[in-house]
Amino acid sequence: MTSGIATNVRLTGITKSFLGVPVLRGVDLELRGGEVHAVMGENGAGKSTLLKVLAGVHRPDGGTIEVDGAEVSFAGPADAQRAGIAIIHQEFTLLPHRSVAENVYLGREPVRGMQVDRRRMVADTRELLDWLGEDGIDPTDAVSSLSVAQRQVVEIVKALSTDARVLGMDEPTAALADHEVELLYDLVRRLRERGIAILYVSHRMREVFDLSDRITVLKDGRFVTCAPTGELTSEDLVRHMVGRDLGEYYPDRAAPDDLGPVRLAVRGAGNDRVRDLNIEVRAGEIVGLAGLQGSGRSAVARAVFGVEPFTRGVVEVDGVAQRVTRPRTAVRLGIALVTEDRKGDGLALRQSVRDNTLLVRRAALSGARSRAKSDVKALLDMVTVVARGEHQEVRFLSGGNQQKVVLAKWLAVEPKVLVVDEPTRGIDVGAKRAVHELLRDLAKRGVAVLMISSELPELIGMSDRILVMHDGAPAGELPAGASEGAVMALATGHGVGDAA
Amino acid sequence: MSALEENTVPVTRKVTRPAFHRRLTPVAIVYIALAALLVVGSVLVGLRGEVLLDQAGILNIFTRATALGLVAIGQTMAILTGSLDLSVAYLVGLTSLIAAETMGGRDGMIVPGVLLALVVAAGVGLVNGLVITVLKANAFIATLGVALILRGYLEDTYTGPAGDVPRGFQHLGYDRIGPVPVAALLMLAVAALSWWYLSRTRPGYHMYAVGGDIEVARLSVVPTRRTIVTAHVLCSVAAGLTGIYLASRLGSGAPYVGTDAGYDLESIAAVVLGGTLLAGGRGGVVGTIGGVFILATLDTIFDDLEVDPFFKDVVRGVVLVTAVALYARRMTANRARGRLT
Repeated sequence: MTSGIATNVRLTGITKSFLGVPVLRGVDLELRGGEVHAVMGENGAGKSTLLKVLAGVHRPDGGTIEVDGAEVSFAGPADAQRAGIAIIHQEFTLLPHRSVAENVYLGREPVRGMQVDRRRMVADTRELLDWLGEDGIDPTDAVSSLSVAQRQVVEIVKALSTDARVLGMDEPTAALADHEVELLYDLVRRLRERGIAILYVSHRMREVFDLSDRITVLKDGRFVTCAPTGELTSEDLVRHMVGRDLGEYYPDRAAPDDLGPVRLAVRGAGNDRVRDLNIEVRAGEIVGLAGLQGSGRSAVARAVFGVEPFTRGVVEVDGVAQRVTRPRTAVRLGIALVTEDRKGDGLALRQSVRDNTLLVRRAALSGARSRAKSDVKALLDMVTVVARGEHQEVRFLSGGNQQKVVLAKWLAVEPKVLVVDEPTRGIDVGAKRAVHELLRDLAKRGVAVLMISSELPELIGMSDRILVMHDGAPAGELPAGASEGAVMALATGHGVGDAA
Repeated sequence: MSALEENTVPVTRKVTRPAFHRRLTPVAIVYIALAALLVVGSVLVGLRGEVLLDQAGILNIFTRATALGLVAIGQTMAILTGSLDLSVAYLVGLTSLIAAETMGGRDGMIVPGVLLALVVAAGVGLVNGLVITVLKANAFIATLGVALILRGYLEDTYTGPAGDVPRGFQHLGYDRIGPVPVAALLMLAVAALSWWYLSRTRPGYHMYAVGGDIEVARLSVVPTRRTIVTAHVLCSVAAGLTGIYLASRLGSGAPYVGTDAGYDLESIAAVVLGGTLLAGGRGGVVGTIGGVFILATLDTIFDDLEVDPFFKDVVRGVVLVTAVALYARRMTANRARGRLT
């Protein structure tokens, strides 16, 4: 069983190359029991490789790993597991049709005689759940009946069941909704109290500041700095990660005379999930749509794009009332939607960069417009995709580059109205900045942009106006540069009051 | 962000249980459908002044269910593991010949005949499994290829029935207790053993894991290759048992006894009808047996009603499509619920 004994793991001077390309060039990292240690860095900085070295998946070329003062060497993940180290991968590793206990002990089922000792498996799982204070999950429940946050708990229990005292978490909030992130925080804090050493890899600045005790920054495989969280500001962190001062985070907002006529207007519209919507987005304008998960933000995007159309009210594009009942109509009218789920809805992962870029153009436009000699290269340059070539499969690209391909796909049909839902989720700081600049650039060229984001700093930094949703209806509108508090007050239904 | 907390939901919140009719598992649906079919069939047959479930009717259903049941039990394991086996029909024919020819009418050769047939079957399963795991061929193509090899051998070597099963061994095919054939009881015993294997042993757990998500299984250090090979060996052994049983009923081996009955696609149909996901990872032998009995009962009813054989196939097709559509609906409903919680 997992006990309260604290474990210390120290990595010193770790180096690792793949095919002669150095990925880690001398990284130091110290994990202490009862401490959350965040590792930050851009994509390609070596975070994942470091995590895999710790988990015994990769063998380092140089450097030492010490567990409780004794030097160790891991021949494989099983060795790391025996040393009490477990990793929670970014993707869930659970079987939805099997029970919680069956998942926790998958591959390590206790046996009694010839049979799996199901009673012991359930009892041990329950003990671990109780230890974490998660007694609402029953070990015999099917994983498919659990919420995403509960699944994460199961994932953690699975790791703990190997007697892990060091837990590596790779972007643990990537799959979670806003309110579930808070639950994860709570869980991480409980693990810390119980003496577990936690290595926390995340892109999200706020999470790292909320949770971690110490932060290590990597850049290009090099150790940059390690400092107690309290001694760093987010500006420091960005400077360390990017290696330069990003200064102002976001591109300049639109000046009043940049704004053109109203391109998208939604008047008194609603459907089963949203109601009483009145939105106007002008050419050259970025309108932010804020709200908690489930407030109807994404439902607005889906309705405008005709996935789940409005059943009431009027939608006007360039002043002409339109009935948008399916995505095909929307695309023909010049409306584009960058969905929240890049891998699920945005890309054909096994197709090439080129095919993905031309996907919408080929599918939705007819005749000359679809055949028009398309300069895929120009499009890709415009969104600054870094790929091995137009024919590389999209699944091999980093998250940031994938998102740029999604944007290129829509630029290929020259939209008038661009709706973006979580455009920078799970991509690194550099790519984020590129996406921000691209969106502002498009606005300048006369596109009306409606932007949804859970990251309030981003939403506030980018938007010329912010519309806040609460419980399926608009709760109010705020001007550019409104405070996070003002947005949250509206989003949680507390009215404008003091906040504005 | 304290404002957020009011909107948080405890991780531990219990998911509300769906209404009763939504909680019905595919297995329950299969057996309810079977019961309904027996009632409807009895009425229809009764309208002609006959009885569906008389001695002959029960015997007919069980006899039909025995051979298909054995093949389908094996197929269940292959499909649960995320694979499938299209070579079973030819293997049934091959093993019937091996058993009958080895016995050659001599009582003393019964045991060697049975064993040899099973060993050959296991060997074919091993080949299937290795082609899929080591050569990384898609299961559909791999087993289709093995099926073609077996067909080539059968066509080249045999023109018709061959071998001779001693009278003593024919008891296996014809003995019965009341209206229930002994062989049917043996088939049910095999089903029970398979149920135990799948739901109570580690290799069984691993079949569900590999079929559910092979990547997840691999990351959880499940021996994925061994699991797939095992599933194929067991699947082929089940087909071998079918061949032995059919040899006992026919009195000889017959090259096309498996393909004439269409056991390849029929067994897959029974498995899917029984609620096992064709993609693997969910389902089991209990449902499969229900599916087998539904198909056997349908055939018996059609025989009693003297239905046109083409119409028979139409009805079977409709039943299959309806069943799969029904399960698919339930799956999407479940998923939608999962997303909302």
